[in-house]
Amino acid sequence: MIRRYALTAFTALVALLVLMPLVWMVSVSFMAPGEAAAFPPPLFPSSPTLENYRTLFGSYGVGRYLLNSVIVSSLATLLALLFTVPAGYAFAKLRFSGRDAVFQALVAALVIPGQIGMLPLFLELKAMGIVNSYAGALVPWLAGIFGIFLVRQFCLSIPTELLEAARIDGATEGQILRRIVLPALKPILITLALFVFLGSWNDFMWPLIVLADQNLYTLPVALAALAREHVQDNELMMAGSVVTVLPVLLLFLVLQRHYLSGLLAGSVKG
Amino acid sequence: MTAAHVGAEARAGWAMTAPALTAIGLFFALPALASLVLSFTDFDIYALANLNNLRFIGLENYERLIGNPLFWQAMGNTMWFVVFGVPLVVAASLGAALLVNARTLKWRGVWRVALFAPFVTTLVATAVVWNYLLHTRYGLINYALGGLGIAPVDWLGNPSTALPAILLFVAWKSFGYNMIIFLAALQAVSRDLEDAARVDGAGAWMRFRHVTLPAIAPTVLLVAILTVAGMFQLFAEPYVMTQGGPARSTVTVLYFMFEEGFKWWNLGSGAAVAFILFLCILAVTLVQLKVAKKVGAI
Repeated sequence: MIRRYALTAFTALVALLVLMPLVWMVSVSFMAPGEAAAFPPPLFPSSPTLENYRTLFGSYGVGRYLLNSVIVSSLATLLALLFTVPAGYAFAKLRFSGRDAVFQALVAALVIPGQIGMLPLFLELKAMGIVNSYAGALVPWLAGIFGIFLVRQFCLSIPTELLEAARIDGATEGQILRRIVLPALKPILITLALFVFLGSWNDFMWPLIVLADQNLYTLPVALAALAREHVQDNELMMAGSVVTVLPVLLLFLVLQRHYLSGLLAGSVKG
Repeated sequence: MTAAHVGAEARAGWAMTAPALTAIGLFFALPALASLVLSFTDFDIYALANLNNLRFIGLENYERLIGNPLFWQAMGNTMWFVVFGVPLVVAASLGAALLVNARTLKWRGVWRVALFAPFVTTLVATAVVWNYLLHTRYGLINYALGGLGIAPVDWLGNPSTALPAILLFVAWKSFGYNMIIFLAALQAVSRDLEDAARVDGAGAWMRFRHVTLPAIAPTVLLVAILTVAGMFQLFAEPYVMTQGGPARSTVTVLYFMFEEGFKWWNLGSGAAVAFILFLCILAVTLVQLKVAKKVGAI
């Protein structure tokens, strides 16, 4: 019994240590400007204030960046689902010549990091005239090989007899996808949506490259720019970090069951 | 099953994969391939303005990189992350997984989510937070070290401590992901075998060494490969925390590529850096696979 409590206490200590940066971030964000630049560092605000958040949204237009992030991540999620779900299903269940060869090529391509093509992709989008636009920021999310892979794995468990029966009854392939496959895919759709939303929300390098107009900045890009100008304003920067981190952290906590099981489906079987 | 059905199925198959395949071809495969071609050209700001200024220069970009000490410094910094970071992150995530997999632990689900949380947070935001944690005068880390009698360290302002400080942040940010992968592997380890070893009088370390570790060896390899790729792709961390400094001590290969491409607009040279980066990841992964085969992990 004692060992059990000792183990739990030790784990709690480790968890506290790991979460400390996030806890302190929230605490400092409620401190008055300048309060955190003291030694020893204060753990809690002496009189909690929302002033940093007011400054962020009032003077620095963080509301605009928040909106940009919401728009880009929502569209990325929607488009990624639209592109990867039918493909994943087709690779799992529809017979067409060349299917297996194409799928194997896609799996092999998973080892190629996306950054390799970033410079030519920038030139390509410049030629297409969509550099410095939401469309430019969205482009990498359309080409989600991992999503196709995930949907395919899940679709393999749909009984083929069910699809055949629908075909005999005269259903078109499109109807089968909408009426039979999509409802069965619900859990994996939530997982995939969460992956793409978190991924695009947290992404930094591509938006930094493709978005030059400050009005289009997503939160991470805006925060990095702010941090360069306001190194001294700890309380303000912590509030900015809270605004950036909180939406995805909450989303993850609410849907963590889906996220973690999806992670396992994608990593261990592969 | 009639011929019409088969035809309809094949048509639907291509129709449903075509949008995704087009996107992958246009925005992933084509740029990756173009990167190789671009790396043999002198694509710069003049070519950006007028394509007539573009010339094929063969391996000149590569030759110039090999002769550039700044490139080698970036390579060295990145290799430093690979050499020290991969063992650190693998060990930390395996340790965490063993901890939250323990049968006698209470509220296991809570601890798993808590330890995973840093992974889903926004990198830039947490890098800003860690900058503050690492602050020389009033950072929490120096305060804690002060309690142990250690004098304040200028973590990010000193070339010899900037890399370790960033690695600490990287490890904090990423170990949760590997922990979940390890956790899945640990749950597949046979309890019977462990119990048999226990009955035979094997202690915790012996059981881990002779039962658990061989069983999860392929997962250790997978995690090591994923972590190597992650270490080679560090960019936002030095960009936000140190801007590559002090004295370029935290410029990574990807940071160098970004500078070549979007600061100096040497896109040809930047593409060569990207391609070298890819070859490095590929080479290290192949070596890992070979070593794993030799020691019988796969």
